[in-house]
Amino acid sequence: MNTAADNAIEVRGLTKRFGGRTVVRGISLNVRRGRIFGFLGPNGSGKTTTIRMLCGLLTPDEGEGTCLGFDIRTEADSIKRRVGYMTQRFSLYQDLSVRENLEFVARLYEMRDPVAAAREMIHRLGLDGREEQLAGELSGGWKQRLALGACTLPGPQLLLLDEPTAGVDPKARREFWNEIHALAAEGITALVSTHYMDEAERCHEIAYIAYGELLTRGTVEEVIDHAGLITYTVSGPHLNELQAELAKLPGVDMVAPFGASLHVSGRDERALEAAIAPYRSRTGLSWVRSEPSLEDVFIDLMSTARDNFQ
Amino acid sequence: MSVFRGFGGAGFRARTRAMVIKEFIQLRRDRLSFAMIVMIPLMQLVLFGYAINTTPRDLPTAVLLQERNDLSRSILRALENTGYFRITHQLDDAAAFDRLLASGDVLFAIEIPAGFERAVRRGERPALLVAADATDPVAAGSALSSLGQIVLTALQHDRAIPDAAAPPFEIRNHARYNPAAKSSLNIVPGLVGTILTMTMLIFTALSVTRELERGTMESLLSMPITPIEIMLGKIVPYILVGFIQASLIVGLGILLFGVPVFGSLTLLAVLSTLFIATNLSIGYTFSTVAQNQLQAMQMSIMYFLPNILLSGFMFPFAGMPVWAQWIGETLPLTHYLRIVRAIMLKGATIGELQYDTAMMFGLMLIAMTIAVARFRRTLD
Ligand SMILES: Nc1ncnc2c1ncn2[C@@H]1O[C@H](COP(=O)(O)OP(=O)(O)O)[C@@H](O)[C@H]1O
Ligand SMILES: [Mg+2]
Repeated sequence: MNTAADNAIEVRGLTKRFGGRTVVRGISLNVRRGRIFGFLGPNGSGKTTTIRMLCGLLTPDEGEGTCLGFDIRTEADSIKRRVGYMTQRFSLYQDLSVRENLEFVARLYEMRDPVAAAREMIHRLGLDGREEQLAGELSGGWKQRLALGACTLPGPQLLLLDEPTAGVDPKARREFWNEIHALAAEGITALVSTHYMDEAERCHEIAYIAYGELLTRGTVEEVIDHAGLITYTVSGPHLNELQAELAKLPGVDMVAPFGASLHVSGRDERALEAAIAPYRSRTGLSWVRSEPSLEDVFIDLMSTARDNFQ
Repeated sequence: MSVFRGFGGAGFRARTRAMVIKEFIQLRRDRLSFAMIVMIPLMQLVLFGYAINTTPRDLPTAVLLQERNDLSRSILRALENTGYFRITHQLDDAAAFDRLLASGDVLFAIEIPAGFERAVRRGERPALLVAADATDPVAAGSALSSLGQIVLTALQHDRAIPDAAAPPFEIRNHARYNPAAKSSLNIVPGLVGTILTMTMLIFTALSVTRELERGTMESLLSMPITPIEIMLGKIVPYILVGFIQASLIVGLGILLFGVPVFGSLTLLAVLSTLFIATNLSIGYTFSTVAQNQLQAMQMSIMYFLPNILLSGFMFPFAGMPVWAQWIGETLPLTHYLRIVRAIMLKGATIGELQYDTAMMFGLMLIAMTIAVARFRRTLD
């Protein structure tokens, strides 16, 4: 039954259409057990739809695969018992207290002592003293923690976390990621979708999706290397005007602001060098050859993808 | 059948229980619904109570006395003592009678014929003529039904007419304008059924759509719970609620309107529970079919209408055209009304109620099967 001992997720060619519009196009993913897998992409790119297909909440129109060794089409019940899914929108009961929500989950999963399990989780989440507060009255950060607690409570082997840190302050975000790493250390696999670039750095592996298409995947270094972008960082005065000028040049594929400077990138090294040559001697500007950021890579991938799919 | 997979077993019980507890807590927190449980029956009973006026008071009455003696005075006093009748006209002329009734000045006209007392004493069972304006059948009915006893009491106490097996006179009543006048007692048992139909539907008709609209369905569906467990979890708490409501209505009916319960209260309780569960299942079915809460509400109202009109609550079932009776037979309220009326008013036992009980049970199973089959396990 378990054909993929090493992979928690193994899917090929997942496709989903809503009313004739293809929202997810032939996505294939392998996620090794015990890894934290970052699922990046802009809003509306199909992250939620893909995750829902992984846990049996949506039926793929095409494609197949397994989650924890169970077929995503025919063994959704077995998957549900072993997967913790944290929805993008808070989906616990707002009119139930923290404790009641956790006890409900514990009972649904037939845990032996739901009351004790809930109490332990409240402690682990640092929610002591708030257990009788209604979930709907918690702040955004606490809601996210509670939702994570609820989906880890039954001891799942795989976590599917859909934008768990959206709209949460930086401190809560850091704590959230620490918690995910702590869970991974216990052997849990986590697939985390996000649109924060900096969170990619906290993942063992990432995949980038845009317009329903998987554009790239690998470790952060692999993704950057693979993109084959040549990037210069330029700083100096009047960068706004400079950005507009540079963007029009042939050989320059992308110009993006980066802090107080600009990242100027191109795929063809010689064409890029030729394009920027007249500007390199301009007084006041300083040019440095540098590594493209993940963001540069994604923006570049997206603009290429848009040309292909739109 | 695949939709009933996972029925039974420890896991089934644990998950259903989880769902029941959750629903109970949510119900407790929902002040509005909670108020509705008590307020709807109270409001309906009180409103209907005044509207249907089951204990009519001071109904204007004309009497035509063909003989004036102690007996007729005694009867008049007894009539007024009940509070039902207020004698507004004393006449000597039968033509005035009809005029008063037709104009609506009086609702009753009672004629004590000449030689009434003598005929009573001789055991000739003379007729006491009563004409009633039965356009309001309820008011007329209950006053009429008490008339015989009033006159008898007057005869026995004041005139020392000996007790006999049969009353020593006959009331020849003539209900005008609405010959099918029905007893008011039909109405209160009917109210039990209609109030339960309405509130139970409202409770479950929103249950699934509410979870969909609040987004909680996505979480719920990602957990290992089956449609049948969700359904039972959402129905069971309200059975208790419905039971409390039914007790409230029956209790108030007995207290406020003096409705008798001739049959077994236990049987009434058991069959009422079945009726409650049937309505909850139908409401739940609506919530699995509707796209949103508004649609679910509209479906409930659409369902409520034929229940009111074709179940025998508003109009006598036997008087409806055959096609309407067929529709009526598919409504749980029709069967429940027969059951409640039979138990409360006729003292019926389960043996006589088998058909209606089986029909309610069957309708419940059909509703549940549709609900479980219709329940969408994915968000597709
Ligand atoms: N149930 C649905 N019906 C129709 N369109 C949908 C549905 N769910 C998602 N979509 C569309 O599919 C696209 C991808 O959505 P989603 O998977 O939520 O993206 P993401 O999670 O990356 O923001 C969006 O354009 C969205 O409007
Ligand atoms: Mg999303």
